Amino acid sequence: MQRSEGSGPPDATAAPRRQFSEIMLKVEEVSLSFGGLNALSGISFEVRKGEVLAIIGPNGAGKSSMLNVINGFYWPQKGRITYKGVTRPHMRPHEAAASGIGRTFQNIALFRGMTTLDNIMTGRNLLMRKNLLWQALHWGPARREEIEHRQFVERLIDFLEIQDIRRTPVGRLPYGLQKRVELCRALAMEPDLLLLDEPMAGMNVEEKEDMCRFILDVNDEFGTTMVLIEHDMGVVMDISDHVVVLDYGRKIAQGTPDEVRGNQNVIDAYLGVSHV
Amino acid sequence: MHVLMSVLVQPFLDIASSPEFFLEVVIGGLLTGVMYSLVALGFVLIFKASGVFNFAQGSMVLFAALTLVGLMEHGVPEWLALALSLVVMVALAYLIERWMLRPLVNQEPIILFMATIGLDYVLQGSGQIAWGSNVKALDVGIPDKSFTLHGVLLNQFDLVAAVVAAVLVVALALFFQKTSIGRALRAVADDHQAALSVGIPLKTIWVVVWSVAGFVGLVAGIMWGAKSGVQFSLALIALKALPVLILGGFTSVPGAIVGGLIIGVGEKIAEVYWGPYVGGAIENWFAYMLAMVFLFFRPQGLFGERIIERI
Repeated sequence: MQRSEGSGPPDATAAPRRQFSEIMLKVEEVSLSFGGLNALSGISFEVRKGEVLAIIGPNGAGKSSMLNVINGFYWPQKGRITYKGVTRPHMRPHEAAASGIGRTFQNIALFRGMTTLDNIMTGRNLLMRKNLLWQALHWGPARREEIEHRQFVERLIDFLEIQDIRRTPVGRLPYGLQKRVELCRALAMEPDLLLLDEPMAGMNVEEKEDMCRFILDVNDEFGTTMVLIEHDMGVVMDISDHVVVLDYGRKIAQGTPDEVRGNQNVIDAYLGVSHV
Repeated sequence: MHVLMSVLVQPFLDIASSPEFFLEVVIGGLLTGVMYSLVALGFVLIFKASGVFNFAQGSMVLFAALTLVGLMEHGVPEWLALALSLVVMVALAYLIERWMLRPLVNQEPIILFMATIGLDYVLQGSGQIAWGSNVKALDVGIPDKSFTLHGVLLNQFDLVAAVVAAVLVVALALFFQKTSIGRALRAVADDHQAALSVGIPLKTIWVVVWSVAGFVGLVAGIMWGAKSGVQFSLALIALKALPVLILGGFTSVPGAIVGGLIIGVGEKIAEVYWGPYVGGAIENWFAYMLAMVFLFFRPQGLFGERIIERI
């Protein structure tokens, strides 16, 4: 892993561990409200190509809303989002997917009745181009195409070490494995930007370590840019290049893990502070 | 004693005494069953692909048949009327998506189900406003003649219906199991949000499913309409499809077929052999009785996905 390459001792302050230049996603002054509730107020940050950015904050801080805005589940009332240099007014979720934004959900959203393999294959749907008739007959160019997609998916399955549950309906899998299948399905889309909503929630220590390793490996191997939400501070400090901290829909801090760790606003938000 | 004798023994003696006639009854039942399956198919399609139990399927059958007959009565040639009816059903699917499904995204299945009850009334009403409520004859050019093969009486029309249903089933099974759209349909049925996140456009998928269901409704409408006239009661054959679904499982295309066949054969045999001893008209309730027994012992149906509850 090249993570701490050239950054001196691991506890070096302030200096980012890796350098990134190209901006992939730019969020500017985004505000979102549901009725009278301000879920997000004037949030701005940037995601650079190749980095792992963590969004943290107490419950109800607007973290999931932020992800939902990025991939088009919610449309913000104010602000602009520029992705790959294109500023869009409204983007629908399937368009976001088509433009390379993959995601996983806080409370697993898998196709429970389908097998692991079928679930992951849905991630390839957008990339399939051949005629339906050929597909139905399972013949000719469509057959070759299916085989190519299947090979890609099999590589991912090996990568995430879920070979032995290929044919199992995902509804029967334990929680930790379901999370892994969900990650695998998102990766099958070959996303440029991957949004992970609490990828380690509800996992035991061992499962968390596995998941961390997978996330870092994916980032290294495929160069996938990631935005993730996580509550476990240890994990966040270990795997992210940048951290954005939200509280009550506002951005209260931003920076490298070490900068954020020492920020007084962040400490107050997490520990609670009496305003005398 | 006499009653027991006539219910438990006599019918079997009747069957044994004339195997050719029994075969005829079974084949007659199978062919009727195929017609039930045709209607049940429409339900299964929509249920599989959008998790909605479409109460309006019967009305879609009626609506499609009414449109076809109405157009033909206005002097539109057969092939054109057929093509136009198909266009109407696709347009209907589009409208249903726009005005019914889209505002109800991510709602509970029961809410969507209630919406389809509303749709049922709308379709019945509008179909009859547009084309009138008289019984119309539909002639599709298939002779309703009977002939004998090896001493068994067969009906040509029923045979054609069976072939049509078989072709339809094979085509749909391939479509659902082997194509990427089929996989997308199943994905949408499972989880709307997840489907969107992998780039499956809900709207398009819904229009496709309801169009296919409309097409199946049109085929069912043509077959039933040609057999018994296009009239309001066509909407009620949907009720016969319910026990078929309970037997076959709501999510299984082959299940709809086998369920239809079992019910078709079952009710014919019951009517012919047991009917005389209990005063007849068994045909009307036999299917529901069978469905109830199934609900007791195998609620997911013969081919349905097993119900597993994690506690």
